[in-house]
Amino acid sequence: MANPGSSSAATLTRPEPGTDEARGGSAARRIVVLVATRKGAWIFHGDSRRASWRVDGPHFLGHVISHVVLDPRDGRTLLAAAKTGHLGPTIFRSTDLGRSWQEARRPPAFAKADDGQGRAVDHTFWLTPCHANEPGVWYAGTSPQGLFRSEDGGESWAPFSSMNDDPQFRRWMGTVQDGTPDGPKLHSIIVDPRDPAHLVFGMSGGGVHESFDGGRTFSPLLAGLDVVEGFDAADPTFHDPHCIRICPTNPDRLYQQNHCGLYRLDRPDNTWRRIGTTMPSEVGDIGFPLVVHPRDANTAWIFPMDGQTVWPRTSPDGRPAAYRTRDGGERWERLDAGLPREQAWWTVKRQAMSADRCDPLGLYFGTTSGELWMSADEGNQWRSIARHLPEIYAVEVGEPA
Amino acid sequence: MKVLIPTPLRDYTAHAARVEASGASLADLLADLERRYPGIRFRMVNEQDRLRPHMRVFVNGVAVRDLAARLGPDDEVAIVQALSGG
Repeated sequence: MANPGSSSAATLTRPEPGTDEARGGSAARRIVVLVATRKGAWIFHGDSRRASWRVDGPHFLGHVISHVVLDPRDGRTLLAAAKTGHLGPTIFRSTDLGRSWQEARRPPAFAKADDGQGRAVDHTFWLTPCHANEPGVWYAGTSPQGLFRSEDGGESWAPFSSMNDDPQFRRWMGTVQDGTPDGPKLHSIIVDPRDPAHLVFGMSGGGVHESFDGGRTFSPLLAGLDVVEGFDAADPTFHDPHCIRICPTNPDRLYQQNHCGLYRLDRPDNTWRRIGTTMPSEVGDIGFPLVVHPRDANTAWIFPMDGQTVWPRTSPDGRPAAYRTRDGGERWERLDAGLPREQAWWTVKRQAMSADRCDPLGLYFGTTSGELWMSADEGNQWRSIARHLPEIYAVEVGEPA
Repeated sequence: MKVLIPTPLRDYTAHAARVEASGASLADLLADLERRYPGIRFRMVNEQDRLRPHMRVFVNGVAVRDLAARLGPDDEVAIVQALSGG
């Protein structure tokens, strides 16, 4: 179809052993920041010092864009998850950094149910490039919760695993009434960099699930996670993981930002340990985004929000800040230099915070008020690089080939 | 028959506002549109063969939601998208 947007590309990738990334190389990198919003997508091209940014966009003006990701395996394939208020969900694909886009031949869709009770994908929410050894393979998570796979670089998608239609999973997923305000979601699709058969995903709601057999079967991974008071923690239905990340340098470690706090899991242990209790009590450990350092499994960043009473989902006390740990969550430090000191009531959604792989590492986040912020020194100092965008849903970083 | 295409779907029709298509039912008509303009049907109809929310179809000025509705060769079909909110 015709190009529905305008021009250009990207995602956080795991370092391959022996590469410049694994060594923490800081040679000049070409960075693009991919911003998905409620009304289109924008691509920000950084200079070699990440000092100035060229804006390219809007792409898909007026389309709801949930996620834009550049395939780290080829540095070329760019996928965008799109829908509009009127039109059904689809995936757009570009191999020239957005100068032209082609629509997926077969977007994610559930199987047709003979009884008329089948589910329909409302939107694709999450895109994950698969393992480095599986070029062209991608996973997608949808709302309502579904898991899909493409083996041709995003051209065609098929339901993946039996879980989409499994009665027990369907019960755990709940209904639209149980999900987040714009629909329950399957997110945080994680592929173990050591083993493409080891998969993890989260469902809001519906819990964290893990497969060791390439997705043929999934089992809940919930021990140690809290649920809202009065509900059964043994039932995945009541679990709401917000964001799960695996550590590239230590894939035995997972971090999780949950509706009920911040957690870490170190395999072979199967019990999550809450690591947010050392956060300042006036801030708490509720939020959505979570970023792990690509070269240090002890370093991670979060962006807390107000989850008290009616869940305002704003920065606590109107004073936004990221928090960083450098010791696996034992201690947290506030990072707010350059951010508004007061009366800033935005927050950051679960996909809207990412890191590059430079040294020092760069961090990027987008706000519900349409501002794009970055730090070129691991969060010590922040600066705004764009304002007045639509509500930002996702921010990813990529390195074009 | 003549089919009025709404602006959000005109990327599929090379920006044509009115196109010719045929079918003895609304389902057949949508299938013919898909043959002529690949990808257009899934934006209007979900995988359970239900018209998507905000998607309206009028046949000779009368709203139709049932894909089994019969059509004649001289019918005029208007696809309209009704969306509100900011």
